[in-house]
Amino acid sequence: MSIRHGLLALLERGQMYGYQLRAAFEESTGSTWPLNIGQVYTTLSRLERDGLVRPLPESEAGQRPYEITDAGRADLALWFATPISRTDRPRDELAIKLALALTTPGVDVRAVVQTQRTATMRALQELTRLKYASDRPEDLPWRLVLDAMVFQAEAEVRWLDHCETSLVRHRPPVSGPSPISEAVGRSGEEARR
Amino acid sequence: MSTVSGPVPATPDHGAPPPADVDASGLPGSPADAVLDLRDVHRTHGTGPAAVHALRGVSLVVRPGELVAVMGPSGSGKSTLLTLAGGLDSPTAGEVRVEGQPLHALDRRGLARLRRRRIGYIFQNLNLIGGLTAVENVALPLELDGTGVRRARRLALAALTEVGLSELGDRFPDQLSGGQQQRVAIARALVGERRLVLADEPTGALDSQTGEAVLRLLRRRIDAGAAGVLVTHEARHAAWADRVVFLRDGVTVDSTAPLVGVETLLAGSGR
Repeated sequence: MSIRHGLLALLERGQMYGYQLRAAFEESTGSTWPLNIGQVYTTLSRLERDGLVRPLPESEAGQRPYEITDAGRADLALWFATPISRTDRPRDELAIKLALALTTPGVDVRAVVQTQRTATMRALQELTRLKYASDRPEDLPWRLVLDAMVFQAEAEVRWLDHCETSLVRHRPPVSGPSPISEAVGRSGEEARR
Repeated sequence: MSTVSGPVPATPDHGAPPPADVDASGLPGSPADAVLDLRDVHRTHGTGPAAVHALRGVSLVVRPGELVAVMGPSGSGKSTLLTLAGGLDSPTAGEVRVEGQPLHALDRRGLARLRRRRIGYIFQNLNLIGGLTAVENVALPLELDGTGVRRARRLALAALTEVGLSELGDRFPDQLSGGQQQRVAIARALVGERRLVLADEPTGALDSQTGEAVLRLLRRRIDAGAAGVLVTHEARHAAWADRVVFLRDGVTVDSTAPLVGVETLLAGSGR
């Protein structure tokens, strides 16, 4: 997600100045995504450049509130209507790490799996504790953010279990080309024909 | 309490890690406040080449207010661990103590009494008796133990109230939803003065919301001073525990450290 759409969504509630936006952003993400005020102002100036927000006159205290424009509302509506593409997400470092562990001599892959599983389980316990502590009706948005993190962590543990099972059955090839290089070679030959 | 961290040996043949808890005095004997104390417990089924080593030296201490989750794949020994902890089976070697009492020193009657009075079981298969109402199901272990019918009923109603079913005590199991039946089973496990709650996949086939409600109940009872062991293969459920122990091939391969605070999580969530 972009900070940009987060700020637009907050401004849709009403006009706000930078510090208010930062506080509201952190509140709605349960402080899991800390923003510094510099990021807020940089984003606001880009939104202003693109015509999605407009600055209002400064208050007596020297604070300049912003409001969302019609173009900003349209952009926000489009964001809500469009599913988030999986390819826009950062690459999965853990998957790459395990793939490399498997092909790097001397690495104990099962130990890598278990170390990660313990760490992820620990994070899952902490998330669950936060959930246990937030059962007021007004905590719902925060609980849903927590649930998202809970399900992601759970998926990671399940995937690690799956990796471990696959490792138990895995018999590394004694010699010869790997399936990947074989596949690449084959498609290369096909391409040459 | 030992914290296993860093890479762990990957072969299943390495020796068990040192006991998760060692008595502070270093003397043999239960940690003074342990509700459950498993000491280097082994369980082998069969003999000779066909022998199956379900547990191969597992140690575990659970204190009041502590919920320990045991995770592992099928065949890792987690259900065996639970049946030994509950005195439903005996170890081939090692010792099991409940509230300081070594189970092997009890005769059959003594063991049965301990199981009825101090240990609550929650199984995936609920084992509710169809011909008895909810309140009768919950009162049954008390009555078997000699508690008068009226007192048993009063305690059963209190336990049903604790799980939010005070209105449905007179219904039969088949008149209750799956989630309600599971809550009756939990009330039965918690009724009276039980100090040790043993749960084997207690959320079974329940949907995620109902399953979570069941775990909240269990957590609340533990927070009130009971001790619990939760066997599960679901990480999301194990996460309700204070500590998670990983079993593989009958040995513990790792465990999470007890929780301290949430700061680490919030600091590291930008991943």
